[in-house]
Amino acid sequence: MNETENDISLEALKAGDREAFARLVDLTSGHIYRAGLQILGNSQDAEDALQETYIKALRSLPEFEGRSSLTTWLYRIAVNEALMLARKRRPVAFSVEAGESDDGEENEAMQIVDWCCLPEGEFLTSESRQFLDRAVQNLADRLRLVFVMRDMEGLSIQETAAALGVNESVVKTRLLRARLALRQAISQYYGDRVQEVKRR
Amino acid sequence: MNSEHKHSPQCQHLLGNLSEYIDGELQAELCAELEQHIEGCDNCRIVVNTLRKTVELYRDTDEPVDLPLDVRERLFKRLNGEPSLKI
Repeated sequence: MNETENDISLEALKAGDREAFARLVDLTSGHIYRAGLQILGNSQDAEDALQETYIKALRSLPEFEGRSSLTTWLYRIAVNEALMLARKRRPVAFSVEAGESDDGEENEAMQIVDWCCLPEGEFLTSESRQFLDRAVQNLADRLRLVFVMRDMEGLSIQETAAALGVNESVVKTRLLRARLALRQAISQYYGDRVQEVKRR
Repeated sequence: MNSEHKHSPQCQHLLGNLSEYIDGELQAELCAELEQHIEGCDNCRIVVNTLRKTVELYRDTDEPVDLPLDVRERLFKRLNGEPSLKI
């Protein structure tokens, strides 16, 4: 059976057990790296954020109080590291809190095209996958963070809120906006595919 | 051709609950209200179905991720380079 974070002794980690920490790294680093890739959009920055995350985690472990799971705690550190890096790269543009309010855009006219009927193969092409990746990168920063944590990394609403340091109602509002924005973009893309398939 | 849909006040009201609905976390009463509405509203039904599919497409990409070997190697090298933090 695969090891989970619960199989790693917290006492050992807090006591500086290096072997236990290495196991924690191997268990979680794939997810932390992937989240960094989605937030930052390139592999070099994602790797820098990954290294800083585990350095910070190693230094902070003695103070870890266990109020969240280790994974949520690591995501929280990783998000902070990614945001710091992003602000260095784009000091003006990257914002999680500031800027527009969390309401409003739902009034935009919605794309109505039923593309669910497309053959499954249409969703699996590399072109499709690239489009899906680009669509996430095009989301506003604060929406992308919530979407990555909740829908791509599979955290619960509560865990997402803890990882991002915002309250649950903010997560819910942003999640809906992120999902609707992606649906809108994807509907345009797959709507064209529906027309192509019909013409064949 | 793709069409567009401006929501009526009722659609707009239901739209706010869509995330909870597709996650199966909507209260029973609101859930029944929403399902009754989408039964008679083709546009909203399409929005619900395509929203659900959108989330599924991203969850489908959620394959187990192994850290690339070179990235892992550099990570452990960095961790080992920390004075007093050798692992």
